Amino acid sequence: MNPIPNPIWSLVLTFGLMSLFAVGGANAAIPEMHRIAVEVNHWITDRQFADLYAISQLSPGPNVLIVTLIGYAVAGFGGALVATLAMCVPTAALAYIVSRWLRRSSTSRWPSVIQTALVPLSIGLMAASAMIVAQAADRTWPAVVLTLAVAALAYTTRLNPLWLLLAGGVLGFAGVI
Amino acid sequence: MSLESPPADVPAPELPKPAKSAPPGVVALFLAFAKMSLAGFGGVLAFARRGIVEEHKWMTADEFNETFALCHFLPGPNIVNLSVVFGSRFAGVAGAIAAFAGLIGPPMLLVMVLAVLYAHFGQLEVLRRILAGISCGAVGLLIAVVVKMLMPLLKRRDIFGLVMMIAVFVAIGLARLPLQVVLLVAVPISIGVTFILMRRVSA
Repeated sequence: MNPIPNPIWSLVLTFGLMSLFAVGGANAAIPEMHRIAVEVNHWITDRQFADLYAISQLSPGPNVLIVTLIGYAVAGFGGALVATLAMCVPTAALAYIVSRWLRRSSTSRWPSVIQTALVPLSIGLMAASAMIVAQAADRTWPAVVLTLAVAALAYTTRLNPLWLLLAGGVLGFAGVI
Repeated sequence: MSLESPPADVPAPELPKPAKSAPPGVVALFLAFAKMSLAGFGGVLAFARRGIVEEHKWMTADEFNETFALCHFLPGPNIVNLSVVFGSRFAGVAGAIAAFAGLIGPPMLLVMVLAVLYAHFGQLEVLRRILAGISCGAVGLLIAVVVKMLMPLLKRRDIFGLVMMIAVFVAIGLARLPLQVVLLVAVPISIGVTFILMRRVSA
């Protein structure tokens, strides 16, 4: 037996468990991903984490694909595939079962209670996500100003988020950040 | 076929708008979700709504909202849940797998290419600067989402919700406690108190 734990199993366990606790979606699970990938297992550095988050936001598809990038950094293509499936399949199976069950007993008030109860938790988690990625990325004054400017633009206008990300990239390329 | 209300039950529409199309098959589900997913920069939800409700007319707007509400309170990536629930509604387990594969497969392959490129060129100074700028943009977008979600709580003066939000932020963001531990405490408290508060309001 190999005394070093197989990283593939580590990915399956980590993301399989996280899948069922990701209240509020992938962006709410960012602090936990950072804690496990950077602080506990030292799979990637703080800086790499911020980079992978940026790449996952820039590419099309669900936000959950940051997990694919972490998986690749840990164990190549196999790691990428396994991490993605581990993060998606448990909750997808749960969603399938619950949706079947809810259609049979439709007059329940629980969905509305649970939803109201979970929204504040998701907001707290996502706020923590924003703080953690900001801390992992560069902490310069221009970076702070750019971050807040994008937040203000995204809040007040209906600009496509892609343009805001690309604008950030262009400013970074120009050496402003 | 697993639709609860067959189209014949719908009152004959005077306007052409509420008409729904024939339910999609497995291949159509895969292709539709692949297309929405690859178009979905900065989140797939808006594209999913447009594709399912407006383009293909597979659901009415109300049905879509109801389905999404269910997927939102379940844990895990919301849009992944939506693909599974939506796919299963039209074509059972095969439909769920087809929609999920369409949603995740193509963008995952693309992201794998990006992962390879990052592994090779991630240390280049130019790429470092670009990614630093994009990170700022990504954090800014996330802050905007947080503020948008926060406003209804502030407007309702939902003190309990705000306290729970801050408590979770401190436990996860500052104390860096494990997610499972925090949620196993916070979820029962939040659901219990919310249930009592809602009962008091409706009583």
